[in-house]
Amino acid sequence: MSATVTPPTVRTRRWPVVADGQYEGTRIPSRVPTVLDVPPELRDSEDVLQVNFGPNHPSTHGVLRLIVDLHGEEVVGVSAVVGYLHTGFEKSMESKTYWKDVTFPERIDYVGYQNNELVFVLAVERLLELEVPTKAKWMRMLLCELNRIQSHLVFLGTSALELGAISMFWYCFRERETILDLFELVTGQRMHTRYFQVGGLAEDIPQGFFGECRKFVEWMPRALDDYRDILDRNEIWLERTQGIGVLSAHDAIALGQSGPNLRASGVDWDLRRDQPYLHYEKVDFRVPVYPNGDVYDRYRVRMDEMAESTKIVRQCLDKLERMEGMPWIADDRKVVLPPREELHTSMESLIHHFKIVTEGFRVPEGEIYVAVESPRGESGCYLVSDGGPKPWRIHVRAPSFVALEATATCLHRALVADLIAVVGSLDAVMGDTDR
Amino acid sequence: MSDWQRVPGYVSHREGPEMPTVTVETERIREACAYSRDELGFDVCVDVVATDYLGWGGKGVSGYIGTATGRDLMHPMTQGLQALPELKPKRFSVSYHLLGLRQGAPRARLQCWVDEGEPVPSVVSVWPTCDWHEREQYDLMGIVFDGHPNLERLLMPEDWEGHPLRKDYPIGGEPVRFTDEE
Repeated sequence: MSATVTPPTVRTRRWPVVADGQYEGTRIPSRVPTVLDVPPELRDSEDVLQVNFGPNHPSTHGVLRLIVDLHGEEVVGVSAVVGYLHTGFEKSMESKTYWKDVTFPERIDYVGYQNNELVFVLAVERLLELEVPTKAKWMRMLLCELNRIQSHLVFLGTSALELGAISMFWYCFRERETILDLFELVTGQRMHTRYFQVGGLAEDIPQGFFGECRKFVEWMPRALDDYRDILDRNEIWLERTQGIGVLSAHDAIALGQSGPNLRASGVDWDLRRDQPYLHYEKVDFRVPVYPNGDVYDRYRVRMDEMAESTKIVRQCLDKLERMEGMPWIADDRKVVLPPREELHTSMESLIHHFKIVTEGFRVPEGEIYVAVESPRGESGCYLVSDGGPKPWRIHVRAPSFVALEATATCLHRALVADLIAVVGSLDAVMGDTDR
Repeated sequence: MSDWQRVPGYVSHREGPEMPTVTVETERIREACAYSRDELGFDVCVDVVATDYLGWGGKGVSGYIGTATGRDLMHPMTQGLQALPELKPKRFSVSYHLLGLRQGAPRARLQCWVDEGEPVPSVVSVWPTCDWHEREQYDLMGIVFDGHPNLERLLMPEDWEGHPLRKDYPIGGEPVRFTDEE
């Protein structure tokens, strides 16, 4: 077998592309797609310096390690080393019942936790063919969109901080704090909420949540204006982001990119619109697409997404406020825990409760792959069940994992100072990458 | 349906709740992937995942457990299954989840089957994104991808022994690396 990889040929495009004119042909490295090799003429040069970057340098996002070859200030070679945060989530989940597994996916992508929780719960529900009450679907959407805003705020705050805009960090974390307070109000936890159950929600929406959430929805557009005022006419920010880390639409698709990184490269693709789950087909929102594929466009896509998510949250609130008293979890006693008050009076409820908690509910045999649009892109869950109460195999398709594969392509002829901007703009969460 | 039969190395296919599963001969998986990309319009390979079916269905059926020597009263009843699951052709399955970026978001799962030590042709030349996906499955499941340009461990340390996601890999214990006797 030959050990060379032929670069993908440029084919007629079928996907919805806004623009693909950033560069001709492909920039994906030809030997290994994820490793940028030092060019042959520099290979023996004494001017090339190999520098280890990470795994715990404060300005890398988490424990990412990059081995960078520098020729002066230019990056001539790079390879990413991941796995420092590998915790074996997939193996651990195989040894727990579905009921207990819900806590694991949240800790995989610890910034976009609600979305990861959602994709696991959806996969189990699809195998069970369990219908979820409409109120639960709207509430899941609302929390997922709040979580998307929160995740983009972390991205914006930290990536601006890395380029020296320290005030952005404080502004972003001010709004993030409000969102975490809202999560605490609903679920009792600021992060890793475990609020989604197989079948619906863990508890009803508490009193006072709608009012607090409305206040946030009214405030958020003004906060976004603040961010734009700080960054959009800031000469340093523009110079350090525009035209940096360019990725063409063709290369982005070949590298499997998804979510904001794909949309910033000019591909008009969003699972919420193109493969609707929950009630996304019933809400009105726009999918922001920008054509240049640079760091600046990845920032702009996420800024616009925060505004769109705020719109979705408002529409969810309108629906949910009229659903007072409606069920929030499916009425299937073989899967869903019985109401607490019934345990004192009903023997059947007590038996069901005992069986679900000790043994777990059984999921019919089958394999399934379910994907949702998480803040980082397509987050998928592949689930194999043998008909027992524990999953046979779980695999999480991590968008951060795939985003980091594009590092070598984005860093084509980059300068060392751009390295941080580019890696930050791909918005990889290392927990998600390493699982 | 006829579309799938034209996939190189077609063995069988089954409709599923979210996407069809197309089983392909292992040796021709690369051709099948290239065909799916160029002719069937699946632009992206979103994921490559291997599953270990060692001991699949081994828990047996709960309730009355009949054995050759009579009724097995010692079998833990609630741990069994309600029905025996469908048998699998080989130990490992390797699934490629494909996605077409167009109206309706068509998806498909190409699947091939291998036994311990059998190589699977690498599809990195078809989709560069499979580079890390295949390395991850090699690392955690021990599937060897033939023709991969850089088949090394990705998540575990380079000198790690064994493949943690296999069913015969022990959970909860690991060899002690440094002892006083050394």
